[in-house]
Amino acid sequence: MSDQVNLTIDGVELSVPNGTLVVDAAKMIENPIPVFCYHPKMAPVGMCRMCLVEIGLPVRDRNSGEPVLNDDGTPQVSFRGLQTACTVQVSEGMVVRTTTEVVTKAREDVIEFLLTSHPLDCPICDKGGECPLQNLTMEHGKGTSRMDYSLKMKLDKHVPLGELIYLDRERCIQCGRCVRFQEEIVDDPVIRFHNRGRSLEIVTMSDPGFDSYWSGNTTDICPVGALTTADFRFGARPWELTPVATLSPHCPSGANMTFSTRREAKSGGRSVIKRIMPRQNEPVNEIWISDRDRFVHHFADAPDRLKKPLMRKNGQLVEVEWGEALDAVAGKLQQSGTAVAGLSGDRVSNEDMFLFQKLFRQGLKSHNIDLANRRLAGGDVVAKVGISQGSNLLNLGQGDAIVVIASDLHEEVPVWWLRVKQAAQRGAELVILNLRPTRLDECSRNVIHYQPGQAIATLRQLVNDAKVAAADADNSPIKAAADVIMQANNVVAFYGAEGLTYAETDAVARLLANLLLIKNEEAYAGRPNNGLIPVWPHNNTQGAWDMGIHPALEPGYKPAAKPGMRANEVYAAAQTGALKALFLLAADPIGDGLMAGRGQLDFLVVQELFLTETAAQADVVLPAQSWAEREGTFTSGERRVQRYYPAIQPVGEARPDWQILAQIGERVGLEKPAFAASLVFRDLAKAVPQYKGMDYRALARVEKQWPDVGGDDLYYGGNAYENRVGLGMQWPAAAESGAVDHFEVADVDSELPGKVVVVRTAALFTPGTLINHTELLQARMAQPTLIIQAADAAKLQLAQGEKVMVEVAGRGVETAVRLSEDTPEGVALLRGVPYQAGLTELKVMG
Amino acid sequence: MIGELIKGMATTLKHMFRDPVTIQYPDIKRPPRTRFKGRHELKRYDNGLERCIGCSLCAAACPADAIFVEASENTDEQRFSPGERYASTYEINMLRCIFCGYCEDACPTQAIVLENKYELSFYDRASAIYTKEMLIVDVPVNGNPTPQAVEPGTFDKPIPDMEDPR
Repeated sequence: MSDQVNLTIDGVELSVPNGTLVVDAAKMIENPIPVFCYHPKMAPVGMCRMCLVEIGLPVRDRNSGEPVLNDDGTPQVSFRGLQTACTVQVSEGMVVRTTTEVVTKAREDVIEFLLTSHPLDCPICDKGGECPLQNLTMEHGKGTSRMDYSLKMKLDKHVPLGELIYLDRERCIQCGRCVRFQEEIVDDPVIRFHNRGRSLEIVTMSDPGFDSYWSGNTTDICPVGALTTADFRFGARPWELTPVATLSPHCPSGANMTFSTRREAKSGGRSVIKRIMPRQNEPVNEIWISDRDRFVHHFADAPDRLKKPLMRKNGQLVEVEWGEALDAVAGKLQQSGTAVAGLSGDRVSNEDMFLFQKLFRQGLKSHNIDLANRRLAGGDVVAKVGISQGSNLLNLGQGDAIVVIASDLHEEVPVWWLRVKQAAQRGAELVILNLRPTRLDECSRNVIHYQPGQAIATLRQLVNDAKVAAADADNSPIKAAADVIMQANNVVAFYGAEGLTYAETDAVARLLANLLLIKNEEAYAGRPNNGLIPVWPHNNTQGAWDMGIHPALEPGYKPAAKPGMRANEVYAAAQTGALKALFLLAADPIGDGLMAGRGQLDFLVVQELFLTETAAQADVVLPAQSWAEREGTFTSGERRVQRYYPAIQPVGEARPDWQILAQIGERVGLEKPAFAASLVFRDLAKAVPQYKGMDYRALARVEKQWPDVGGDDLYYGGNAYENRVGLGMQWPAAAESGAVDHFEVADVDSELPGKVVVVRTAALFTPGTLINHTELLQARMAQPTLIIQAADAAKLQLAQGEKVMVEVAGRGVETAVRLSEDTPEGVALLRGVPYQAGLTELKVMG
Repeated sequence: MIGELIKGMATTLKHMFRDPVTIQYPDIKRPPRTRFKGRHELKRYDNGLERCIGCSLCAAACPADAIFVEASENTDEQRFSPGERYASTYEINMLRCIFCGYCEDACPTQAIVLENKYELSFYDRASAIYTKEMLIVDVPVNGNPTPQAVEPGTFDKPIPDMEDPR
């Protein structure tokens, strides 16, 4: 039987893949069948009956099985009443009629039925204007009602399902999209249907209410205004909003989002971000974003943003004009000779990073350039065997394998967790190596929990086992996992830094690369849907590697002739006086506990959004624009370069990072600053061979995506934004264009620092400079918690719930003790403090 | 020719004994017609609650883009209007307004009404913007000013029940 099926919809003949639902087939020929409960990302349930159509099948002779023909030679078709188009799969010769009188009548009746208990409060409803029920009523409803208005259901209109999402019980049409989304898609079944019939309602089963990282998505897919976010409630009407495309400012997945902005009188006429919705990009985040991405935008408008340059005069930071501040910075940096260093955070754009390293390498002739907080190594390995162009985690399924090492994807990059979990549900095998259980374990048959310090040894064993034939080895779980990987058609490997030192993550990356290269000619690396994905800590850590924010690597991974100082050497040199001037771009090493203080530094300049702990000690503070005020590009962990766009006016006199850096560059003898970020990108695309062929126009290219949501149709509109401004471009890993040699893996010292070691684990809502400005999320913030086994706790005389002071990066942090037998022996998991790589000794302070 | 002249003068003579059409504005003011569309007013219910629910449909209907609305959420402790939403900002730019009355038509609660006031003149553009405080009518006798503290559950419908929803 062929994979394609021919059918006729309203007289139009089409051929679609076998297994397609009638509703999707109709959508493909732009003849949308109205739906409420159906959603192309979820299994059909046929609950709302809106998609009723007439479906006819060809009549076959009972004896011969041959199609029966009419007199005129056409096949005879038998129609058996109305069927739901969302639950019926296409079949050969099917005839679908959507415009007949009986279908029109059925649609009218369903709409009328739904409206019997739907309130007439469209004027105040947040969905009004982008509401599928409103649209479909206008299109298919009767226009008049036979219902007595006073008989309408009167239900509670203000039911908080937790502090983020509100339910209006009157408006709910019981389509179950939200319940199904939580259960099927994100596996957080925290909301349920309760009661039956007209008393049916959505309730939350968790404490705190609606405890899911994905709760905001239910408000997008709700076909009515029953679910609304606390952030946007009554904020504006949808038609008043201007959509502006953007990217996640946190997530290395590069999640595509859209700001909805509006000029506001109460904000003095400024454009204000009213909400964030997902933007469709199927290979990146499909149409889902986590709640952190959805609610994080409040820092951009925060009143404590830096508005003017600050300079230290007589011991005080005072506001100065830009010219004075820039002259001072350029002058001081030049006076310091080569005893200067520049450290960057990993959330600024590629343009910023490119000009930052240019300022130091070419302007100041210094190679002391690094990321302020390096947690995960292997960017150079990723450049060779990273996930290939044209990959999409959606394509992984039966017969494929995904390896996840030392990372809790659910907490670090929820979008990747979701897509890996869904691949596992489609049949992909997961191999998970970690020292503790993580959420992904439940989807995997190959979970290996190694002892602390044994990560490299375990992975080495895995790679060695993969090299030998199945019969020659023992039946250890590691061998089983190795076999799963070796038998897979495609292999994608994620690696993180949980409980690993920087050197260890480098070894992990190299070992994984060797695993992907093991089959030599038929190596996994280099083929689509194969390769390495680093779980970077930030949205643009990949860009930092590409742009040469590294003491030993110049842009495009060119080895530097004379490597400069690493970040930790810079911090040490600042204390001893070996370093005179330090430039920090979007980094707060003092606040993060990486640097003890400004030490013997002659000159400290900080370019930031806020007056951080480090900025408060600086000589010059330069106010930068946030990602909402300017344009630029980020590179995701899958090496996809994507653009983001300016949405709001600059705060105060803040300037884009790249512009400030170019203006300092001009003062130390580099060329005049470019007029626009696009020109900086053009320069960097010339300097970085991997970015060849990219420019702002190419990055903005779009193509038709399936499923077709967010367009101008009547029923998926308002689910997410259609991507009209750019899908981004992935740059090719070296393995795609030629064979790559196996990597040398140096021996790593994995000595444990103490009897009980602290492993800092990630939490999605960990307090930080940016997220702390979102008041709404404060109740969800992970509180500092020390999770430890009862036996270890007894040895250390710790009890459940006890508050203890734990030494974190030289400071005491009050943490609550939680006993959990899931924690391995000799390990204390520290959650809710900024995530760091490596193991430290557990030091309980008195 | 003489005939035409006499005819014309006769008309003049006839009008000399009629009442004049002109009036001595501003000393004397002509009462506006019943369908006159003058400056907008934002109405209140008898109990003093504002009719406007901040739905912004007037702004959507306005062909001159003269209306600007920002909504906020009502609570029973601080209630401005029935239902969950009220207009926290309501501005009409009278220089832009063409007094077409579409806003009246769009209003689901009959909150905005083009009333009889027509004396609109300004020295600068900024003062042409009429804010909510300028547009809203006085609290009726026996009514209370907004925000009001009300019994929970009394005013949870934004649009009062109508006899016939058709």
